[in-house]
Amino acid sequence: MIAYLGRRLIQSLLILLGVSLITFALLYLLPADPVRQIAGRSATPQTVENIRQQLGLDQPFIVQYWHYLVKLVSGDLGRSYIQRSEVTELIVSRLPASLLLMVGAILCELLIGLSMGLIAAIKRGTATDQTLMVASFVGVSAPQFVVGLLLLYVFAVRLSWFPIGGYGTWRHLVLPSLTMGILGAGWYARMMRSSMIDVLRQDYVRTARAKGLARGAIIFRHALPNAILPVIAMIGIDIGIFMGGIVVVESVFGWPGIGQLAWQAIQRVDIPIIMGVTLVSAFAIVLGNLLADIIAPFIDPRIKLR
Amino acid sequence: MTMKKFLASTVAASALALMLGMTSARAEDAMDPNAKQGGEIIATYKDDVTTLDPAIGYDWQNWSMIKSLFDGLMDYEPGTTNLKPDLAESYEISPDGKTFTFKLRHGVKFHNGREMTADDVKYSLDRVTNPKTQSPGAGFFGSIKGYDDVAAGKAETLSGVTVVDPYTVKFELTRPDATFLHVMAINFSHVVPKEEVEKYGADFGKHPVGTGAFKLAEWTLGQRIVFERNPDYWHKGLPHLDKITFEVGQEPIVALLRLQKGEIDLPLDGIPPAKFQEVMADPEQKARVVEGGQLHTGYVTMNTTMAPFDNVKVRQAVNMALNKARIIQIINGRAVPANQPLPPSMPGYDKEYKGYPYDVAKAKALLAEAGHPDGFETQLFAMNTDPNPRIAQAIQQDLAAIGIKASIQSLAQANVIAAGGDKAGAPMIWSGGMGWIADFPDPSNFYGPILGCAGAVPGGWNWSWYCNKDLDAKAAEADSIVDPAKSGERSKMWSDIYAKIMADAPWAPVFNEQRFTMKSARMGGADNLYVDPVHVPINYDNVYVKDVQ
Repeated sequence: MIAYLGRRLIQSLLILLGVSLITFALLYLLPADPVRQIAGRSATPQTVENIRQQLGLDQPFIVQYWHYLVKLVSGDLGRSYIQRSEVTELIVSRLPASLLLMVGAILCELLIGLSMGLIAAIKRGTATDQTLMVASFVGVSAPQFVVGLLLLYVFAVRLSWFPIGGYGTWRHLVLPSLTMGILGAGWYARMMRSSMIDVLRQDYVRTARAKGLARGAIIFRHALPNAILPVIAMIGIDIGIFMGGIVVVESVFGWPGIGQLAWQAIQRVDIPIIMGVTLVSAFAIVLGNLLADIIAPFIDPRIKLR
Repeated sequence: MTMKKFLASTVAASALALMLGMTSARAEDAMDPNAKQGGEIIATYKDDVTTLDPAIGYDWQNWSMIKSLFDGLMDYEPGTTNLKPDLAESYEISPDGKTFTFKLRHGVKFHNGREMTADDVKYSLDRVTNPKTQSPGAGFFGSIKGYDDVAAGKAETLSGVTVVDPYTVKFELTRPDATFLHVMAINFSHVVPKEEVEKYGADFGKHPVGTGAFKLAEWTLGQRIVFERNPDYWHKGLPHLDKITFEVGQEPIVALLRLQKGEIDLPLDGIPPAKFQEVMADPEQKARVVEGGQLHTGYVTMNTTMAPFDNVKVRQAVNMALNKARIIQIINGRAVPANQPLPPSMPGYDKEYKGYPYDVAKAKALLAEAGHPDGFETQLFAMNTDPNPRIAQAIQQDLAAIGIKASIQSLAQANVIAAGGDKAGAPMIWSGGMGWIADFPDPSNFYGPILGCAGAVPGGWNWSWYCNKDLDAKAAEADSIVDPAKSGERSKMWSDIYAKIMADAPWAPVFNEQRFTMKSARMGGADNLYVDPVHVPINYDNVYVKDVQ
């Protein structure tokens, strides 16, 4: 177990290093000159050169990358070119909102996805099953931008049940969580359905039925706990999908998380922020996968860590 | 030798207004008699505000916010482009136009309670020009004596700025500079207190302390910025509002929905293009839309150093090929056709100038004369955000009609700017999304960086690489006319310069964008405050709400 963990940690670090190198190189290769952006259109060539020197952007690529890494190790992500604030501070101030949204989204996708999958499996082959599966298909394929605006229009503008975007109370959280959750719910519904169908075919379920147990007891006591485990183990992997989703969903709902920060930084070619958010996202994804792997054997004893 | 001095003081304003040919009515006099005191409003923006440091902030979103937190020696009458003294009570200009002496108001206090003096003015200018500050506006102060040494890091202080006494500051310039009063009104010259700048260092932009009408009460990153009325503001009676909450991170479409529900007062990113016709078709909503000009021109540059655009006939042919009315339809008619570099609300704009007509036959003939009877192939660069690719396609079709086959290179903004700043980078660029918006309302501001030789350098903004030494000399001559009484003459000189540029046709001017600001029914104040040409997008200090007592 310890050896496995050690190996996985080293792997994770290498992945993060790779991500940082690739992102840094891509941003370096952009034809856009960050110094020109800082200096503004009225700057003299001398001003431009001064700033280039101060930021160390006159150095060769490998030196710049090395400097970045050295600072990174001490937790310093540099300062935004446009906002001039510490990138760490900008990200830290926005992380809680993104985490909250992620929790909300996970709750939504589990609640919706699992119940849809469960009902579909029980009503297998009926019109209910087909309707739910079509719905899950729509959920998986609908662009989040459209889903978000649709939910906003119906539940916030027309019905006034929830505020139109913003951040602060639980009521603000519902629609963005739902938007993010619907995508995952579609996947979970399909996985839950097939997992449940699988379990319902097992001998122990047949035995339970033969013993004359009530249908509800069979499903909730015997089948569900076994069917749900492999599905739950997917949550760690979901984080990667969420990281992509928050950029869109946070923009639609005015949710002050790191997705919005990333989107604004990309538009302004604010390289230190783009680097910082990419690294934090990569870290979250690596961590999620790692946790999913570590938890798996506890959920399903057949899996062993090697 | 007698020193003839030009004096503009608020005390003798009316008498001098005639003599100097400039309006310097006191802003106090111009205040709206219907204005009500108090009340709170909510404004929204899509993007978080980058910084509120006057030395750094340089986008249309923070521009007016900074103007409400800080003040400069000069400002403009609300809603107009007319200069007026602000922190300065009066100023004198030496006859040679090289020395400007400002008398400061007494009793002006920073938000931290300390009185603002001439030392702060000097400090603020030393700071903005210091390369360590990395100010995008440092270049505006190039005419001040000692600028080069400070810019080169050889000096810490501008030798041309002298504190005569606590309420008098003197500027010596290396050349007469007619734009200097405007330079003293732009945000980069706004006055900051040294102790607060030193306290917060690079984070001063998040903790701004100025002398302005509002002070910063709260800034929650990514969520909201709250401005509170500065009760000690030197300009009695301003601001009208007690509080402005800027909610950020709101998509324009969401902001519009919230406005329609009465949740917010000002969706400051404007009306989303997809909703524009719907809003304008509804009389109730349309009544709350204010339309105004802005100091903006959208244009197509042609690289005058690249064949075949090195031939003036080809450039003139392109000018005649563009159907500007049709291009404007693409943006829902939110612009007026342009025939010269300057926008109509800019001094120096020539109403008589007719420009190149839309004439396909004539354009073809010019191309034939230039040796391209069958046209040629070229590239048109454009920014990749809506509506620019669609506009580029319209231009492409217009060019195809005279035989020019232009392929569209639709790229991110920074990449287009990089291509334009590379001499061999881009034959043609549609400027949309990057079009020139004036820093200050003076005709010279449309010349130097974008049409003058100084901008035709690698990384510069003169994407036509047009460099006419004669016009550079004429521009310098015009800018040396500092006497306000001769401002008419100076404007005329600038009109001539732009007419000569148009004869050489390095650009095809396409349109001047109009601004459309939407507001809630409770917002009051003259329309021009909501499309203020200088306090862009709106003048926060002077607007008010009607539903307070």
